[in-house]
Amino acid sequence: MNMLIYLIPIALFLGALGLLAFLWSIKTGQYEDLDGAAWRALGDEPPEDRQQHK
Amino acid sequence: MTCCAPGVEGSLDHPLPSSEELVLSSRSVGPGLRQMDLSVPQVHCGTCITAIENALTKRPSVERARVNLSTKRVSIVWKEGVSGEPTDPVELVKAITDATGYEAHLFHDAEDAGDKLQKDLIRAVALCGFAAANIMLLSVSVWSGADTATRDLFHWISAMIAAPALIYGGRFFYRSAWAALKRGHTNMDVPIALAITLSYVVSLWETLHHASHAWFDATVSLLFFLLIGRTLDHIMRDRARSAISGLTRLSPRGAMVVAADGTREYRAVEEIRPGDQVSVAAGDRVPVDSTVVSGTSDLDISIVNGESAPVSVKAGDALQAGMLNLTGSLIVKATTAAKDSFLSEVVSLMEAAEGGRARYRRIADRAAQIYSPAVHLLALVAFLSWGIIGGDWKQAMLIAIAVLIITCPCALGLAVPVVQVVAAGRLFKNGIMVKDGSAMERLAEADTVLFDKTGTLTVGRPRVLNIGRYGREQLAVAAGLALHSKHPLSAALARAISGPVAVFDNVIELPGNGLEAQTEKGIYRLGNRRFALGMDNTASGNAASEVVLSLDHKEVAVFEFQDILRPGAPSAVEALQKMKLSAGILSGDRKAVVADLAATLGIKNWHAELSPKDKAEFCSSLAQDGKRVLMVGDGINDAPALAAAHVSMAPATAADIGRQAADFVFMHDSLEAVPMAIDVSRKAGRLIRENFALAIGYNIIAVPIALAGYATPLIAAVAMSTSSLIVVANALRLNLSVHSGADKAEAAATQPSLTEAKAA
Repeated sequence: MNMLIYLIPIALFLGALGLLAFLWSIKTGQYEDLDGAAWRALGDEPPEDRQQHK
Repeated sequence: MTCCAPGVEGSLDHPLPSSEELVLSSRSVGPGLRQMDLSVPQVHCGTCITAIENALTKRPSVERARVNLSTKRVSIVWKEGVSGEPTDPVELVKAITDATGYEAHLFHDAEDAGDKLQKDLIRAVALCGFAAANIMLLSVSVWSGADTATRDLFHWISAMIAAPALIYGGRFFYRSAWAALKRGHTNMDVPIALAITLSYVVSLWETLHHASHAWFDATVSLLFFLLIGRTLDHIMRDRARSAISGLTRLSPRGAMVVAADGTREYRAVEEIRPGDQVSVAAGDRVPVDSTVVSGTSDLDISIVNGESAPVSVKAGDALQAGMLNLTGSLIVKATTAAKDSFLSEVVSLMEAAEGGRARYRRIADRAAQIYSPAVHLLALVAFLSWGIIGGDWKQAMLIAIAVLIITCPCALGLAVPVVQVVAAGRLFKNGIMVKDGSAMERLAEADTVLFDKTGTLTVGRPRVLNIGRYGREQLAVAAGLALHSKHPLSAALARAISGPVAVFDNVIELPGNGLEAQTEKGIYRLGNRRFALGMDNTASGNAASEVVLSLDHKEVAVFEFQDILRPGAPSAVEALQKMKLSAGILSGDRKAVVADLAATLGIKNWHAELSPKDKAEFCSSLAQDGKRVLMVGDGINDAPALAAAHVSMAPATAADIGRQAADFVFMHDSLEAVPMAIDVSRKAGRLIRENFALAIGYNIIAVPIALAGYATPLIAAVAMSTSSLIVVANALRLNLSVHSGADKAEAAATQPSLTEAKAA
């Protein structure tokens, strides 16, 4: 049962990591144009305008 | 066939939005920078993105441009001026059209971009999802047999995870419930707020006393599901929109008043009194209702009758405020003050109509009104009867909470928005934009469809019918002359003639008549029959439908124009009749033309020569007879009717005000969008009712279990999740059922443009 001392914090930490990653991805506008992003990945130009909108 | 090479699909010559409209719809995003959003419904691949972005960013006036493929929009940030030259935003729209052949429409929904509440809701969903998953993890351990100290530990951790989720995610419900209670009402959020708070407090109490059951998982997963429903509902909510501001912008702010002694003075439009003489230059709008004193010109009177064909005016003719002066300058005498003029009348019609529409109550709200008191009553009865009969008030409290949790409108909260979001996505894929979810509910109820004529049933722009009859040389001369005028018939002629054009140095435009050029061969004239042939009065023919080219008053060519039917119009009308909807036409055009068109389409019920007010009143009179009217229209003159009708649709080519007033906007040319939208809306309505039935059926099974006191946290969790999942799965059926039909419609939408490309 002592394992729980490690396991529960680890489980929560990993969950929180996922949550933070999701919040970050919303904040950087990654869901604004899912179809467009799929095409842009195939483009040849350098992605210089990637950070244009926050 | 479907890619974005120039001129492939843009064969339908759409009018570009006016510069004035574009500037007004853009917003300032920094010193000297403006941003505008355009809707380009045909973008569909990576090449389109690159083509449009490159074409735009190449221009010195463009700061940056970005295509959003999911929403099919282009957002452009442009400089107001480059080295002293003011930027004409029409050029930017043209750049898109030239680069891809796609049409671009004005689109502004500024609040859409920075919707803070939506982002807050999504964040709350994420947080509650995280909390619910972790608490569920711990709860499963408790259900599978963790006991004593371990169980208490798990409960305490759950309580600690649940608390912030409850505050962060629950605030939306608390706020709304509090607002309702303050006004002495109750809404769906009151039982929600009660259930999550009470279940949390009681679980905490139980945890303190080392009890075996805690409801933290139910509390938080309830919140999670409800937040999903709330977020979807928010996406489908009607964004505050009003066409009135657009309408008032059409009114000129002021005008040049000419005093009796000839001095000119610029005066605000409110200060123009009846009897004042006002000068109206070409390109200006008529400021107040007036009569022409001197001068001749062509006027765009689409604001009054919706027709694109201009009308020529001379001294003595009456004008109405908002008409656009196209070619010559006029001196007019005001007959009314600005507040009594035609435009103000249309604005007040709109105000009345928009106020009326707010009275529609959405299905979800109507359901909540019955559901919420019923749930409160049920929980109270459970509490009192268990308390009085059993005597154990703590047990009674637990059962009352179980009832609140079980009945909590999870599935009910999802029932409507999930279906509407799926349906809106379906419609969007077929080029139909939905302004709000309630519009689909209203569209499903429609039993009468009224169409505007010009621009809705027809394409709204004249086309040359007989271009093949003339030789290269005649066409080159005609095109060379036509290029010098902004008159719609000239513009149509110039567009229709491809290949080399004759070059003229010396062209004069005679307003109300046509164009004249002096050459070595003689005097070429292009214009109406009377002018071109030098006759004194009109012998034959209709000024609005033909243009004559003459050399020294001898006829060289006669170009006939006709407005053609919008693609898909006959099949759309047929489909509507098959769906048992009665179709009608409301037009501002002349009787003969409307009768002709009505006969072609097989519509018996038509009305011609209607003013904007007549149209709106016709819609309201039908509403008083208990009919639910779908109004399909495009012009400024349709706007009051669009607002007054039960539900309304406009093509993307419509006037800005028409688009603002309409509930649906269809982007493709085909009118098949109308039956398609009705079909999807009706299917959505059916699914919503099914979902309600499912949610109520679930309650009929689950409530007795809770009332009997058998609802353990495990049963509550299973019941709640399954009911929500079933409702979502049912909503997704909409995708399956319309799939084949929708693809057909899409194919049909691209078909006409291809055939026309061949014909041209």
